[in-house]
Amino acid sequence: MWTWIHKLGSPPHAFRILERLAPWLGWAALIVILEGAYWGLVRAPADYQQGEGFRILYVHAPAAWMSLFVYVLMALAAAVGLIWRIKLAHAAAAACAPVGASFTFLALATGSIWGKPMWGTWWVWDARLTSELILLFLYLGYMALRSSFDDRDRADRASAVLAIVGVINVPIIHYSVEWWTTLHQPASVTRLAKPAIALPMLVPLFIMLAGYQLYFGWLLCRRLQGEILRRERSAGWLKEIG
Amino acid sequence: MDIGEFLAMGGYARYVWPAWGLSAAVLVWNAWSALRLRREALAAARRRAGQP
Repeated sequence: MWTWIHKLGSPPHAFRILERLAPWLGWAALIVILEGAYWGLVRAPADYQQGEGFRILYVHAPAAWMSLFVYVLMALAAAVGLIWRIKLAHAAAAACAPVGASFTFLALATGSIWGKPMWGTWWVWDARLTSELILLFLYLGYMALRSSFDDRDRADRASAVLAIVGVINVPIIHYSVEWWTTLHQPASVTRLAKPAIALPMLVPLFIMLAGYQLYFGWLLCRRLQGEILRRERSAGWLKEIG
Repeated sequence: MDIGEFLAMGGYARYVWPAWGLSAAVLVWNAWSALRLRREALAAARRRAGQP
């Protein structure tokens, strides 16, 4: 068991595992996202209040969910790196940040586009939107902080602290629609009781979410490979890589 | 299904399609960016190791 974990932490070994994993995740993501797009755009029935406009849900909600998921993963990886001094964990956290930032941007942008016809405004400074915007700044701050250090170990440690402190924003985003009065609708899927959304509308959402998850898995593989290579000094094993 | 009707999105075309189009663009950018990072890091690592 311990030798297995030790091997996993060695850069060449981790790189090879990612290399084998990536194609599966990549092709699965492509298929599932296309399937989700077909169901979301064509097969799902129109909403009785929002008509066809609600189809923005299928790109908005998965992006918003991923923006939080990736942040929690990034902070966990940063914490593991900080506590057990595992460089691979810091590398994983660094690999998460740009992807998470792009999902956060998408959640804000598609939400804004959706808000115009439904709320009559592109933007309001309410709790949900503002806390999501802060999430974007946390990602950008994390990346800026990393790039401000020449020494990689110091960059790892400083940015890890920022990532961990920023986790406080995640429950604020999630519960913002309950704690404050906001234009944003409350959660309709992650309720303990019956979801407040009809099944034919819900299924495409889950397909899309699964597709985004798979796609993130592929992106993380490729970015982590890049981060491993950046940190590698004794590169005798590089010959085998295509 | 009528293709014109589909594209019109019940009058919401100018909101639905930009939202989906932007999402597709950002997803594609992510793939390009991740592969570029990997390629450049590999080239840099090989240079450091003194390999061609």
